[in-house]
Amino acid sequence: MTSNLPDPANRLQPAGSTPSIWLHRYAVFVAVCTALLVFAGGLVTSTGAGLSVPDWPLSYGMLMPPMVGNVRFEHGHRMVATTVGMLTIVLAVWLQRREPRAQVRRLGWLALGAVVLQGLLGGLTVLLLLPTPVSVAHASLGQTFFCIVVSLALLTSPGWRRATPRSGGASQLRKLALLLTAVVYVQLIAGALMRHSGAGLAIPDFPLAFGRVVPPFESTEVMVHFAHRVLAACVFVAAVATGIHALRHHRGERRLLAPALLLFYLVLIQIVLGGFAIWTQKAVVPTTLHVLNGALILATSLVLTLRSFRLLQPQAHIRQLEPQLREQVVT
Amino acid sequence: MKFAVRVACVAFLTALVGWGCGGGGGDSSDQGGSSAPASSAGGSSSAGASHAASGATATLMGKVNLAGAAPERNPLKMTADPACAQQHEDMPALAQDVIVNDQGMLKNVFVYVKNGLEGHEFDTPEEPVVLDQKGCVYTPHVIGMMVKQDLKILNSDPTLHNIHALPKVSGNKEFNLGMPRQGMEFSKTFENPEVMIRIKCDVHPWMASYVGVLPHPYYAVSGDDGGFRIADLPAGEYTIEAWHERYGTQAQTITVGDSPNVEVSFTFQSTGS
Repeated sequence: MTSNLPDPANRLQPAGSTPSIWLHRYAVFVAVCTALLVFAGGLVTSTGAGLSVPDWPLSYGMLMPPMVGNVRFEHGHRMVATTVGMLTIVLAVWLQRREPRAQVRRLGWLALGAVVLQGLLGGLTVLLLLPTPVSVAHASLGQTFFCIVVSLALLTSPGWRRATPRSGGASQLRKLALLLTAVVYVQLIAGALMRHSGAGLAIPDFPLAFGRVVPPFESTEVMVHFAHRVLAACVFVAAVATGIHALRHHRGERRLLAPALLLFYLVLIQIVLGGFAIWTQKAVVPTTLHVLNGALILATSLVLTLRSFRLLQPQAHIRQLEPQLREQVVT
Repeated sequence: MKFAVRVACVAFLTALVGWGCGGGGGDSSDQGGSSAPASSAGGSSSAGASHAASGATATLMGKVNLAGAAPERNPLKMTADPACAQQHEDMPALAQDVIVNDQGMLKNVFVYVKNGLEGHEFDTPEEPVVLDQKGCVYTPHVIGMMVKQDLKILNSDPTLHNIHALPKVSGNKEFNLGMPRQGMEFSKTFENPEVMIRIKCDVHPWMASYVGVLPHPYYAVSGDDGGFRIADLPAGEYTIEAWHERYGTQAQTITVGDSPNVEVSFTFQSTGS
């Protein structure tokens, strides 16, 4: 059984206040730029360019060093990061001025704080000569920042504001999507740990590991690498379960079905890219695309999670809110 | 008197062999023939000097051979930096990891006394060891130096480099310095022995150099003809190790006695391309 009701979240919205469609479009633009930033960051690691510019915040004491050799990747990453930082300032200010929901405004400022901290971590990891914990923190915070910006793009969309919660069969997809997002996030941290600890080729074959299902754990690098593969299997299982559940129970809801199916395909692509990263001895293109696609998987699972929480309310909760919501609609 | 004559003869023969092998002094790298470290002649302390005074020193010399087919030296792709590529327009620079001459002799092997000098102390040479960045390659590719000796790093290229040392022994500090202008120089030292410390340029990924840091001056790097020469080695029993960046290490035990020359050779096995 399902029932369509007014959006409880819209109660936070003052009457007559309509966030600009341009604000949403701008948030989407910032999200796309952030995806490019993730790609540029992946490129730095894939090309081994992380220390090609030894100083920070300047580059060889200059704002714009000669773009030669690996400086192109490291300084290019810094330029994209600076641009995204500037865009995030504008986004936070714009949200503060036009966004009626306090939580969304706070999320804008959180994005700004995250991007500033991310810049500092990036500088720190260069000055400290890429210590693994700092580099992994930099990579993980980058994914977190991407999640915040994607959330802002989603929360400011007209579709989000128009969405009406339904009841019935709600909890399972919400749980599945949330679990998937959590596993993907942990997997991205494991991937960052693998990359930054030099364990990317610790297991040189794929899909087997040293010709076996479980490799001999002779070094920490092998363990870190294998943990990434085990988590990849967990992500795959969670993505398949989520996709099947969406197909069986939410076939008519495109906003849930589309990200669920997209996730399945992205995870398949990710596994193939991971294989190519190993078969090509970490060639730059497949390895960097593996990083970018990982971020897209996280963003898609987050979108699915947020939408499932938005669109699917537990029946008891709907019943509890019903009188209040109907009264609000009447007034 | 007889003793003085014997010392003079040993010194004369040593100088003759050194001259004949083309070593004898400063450069341990790109000259044809054998090579000897600058410090091997004058870096010995009183311990070494007392051995020399007694006449019980020898010159260790030999050659390093590569068995099997040598891998082809691939041209280095320098197109990512036009300033590098322009310096090799006439003839492309070739990979430096395995350099073998027509006779199968292997260049850039670091040969040194690994064991046998424990308890001796040696003065640190005042003159620095020079590592140049020229033509977007390191010159020399393999170099030896003593603990706390200055490593003078030059940038002779009309482009920027970073110089990134990657020691693994505790007490030797990793460093990463920017050298954006032609003619810049830095000096660095290493506090502890380490064979070998990799030095690389993260801007130009093909650039790598290896530095052997030792507490004594008894080391050499094989030259174009695969030859090496370590002079003034006191009498005793030693483990001599040869290190190559691709083929790893080999060790031999030798005894230095009355003979003024000791020959030792190493053969590394090619692993194909």
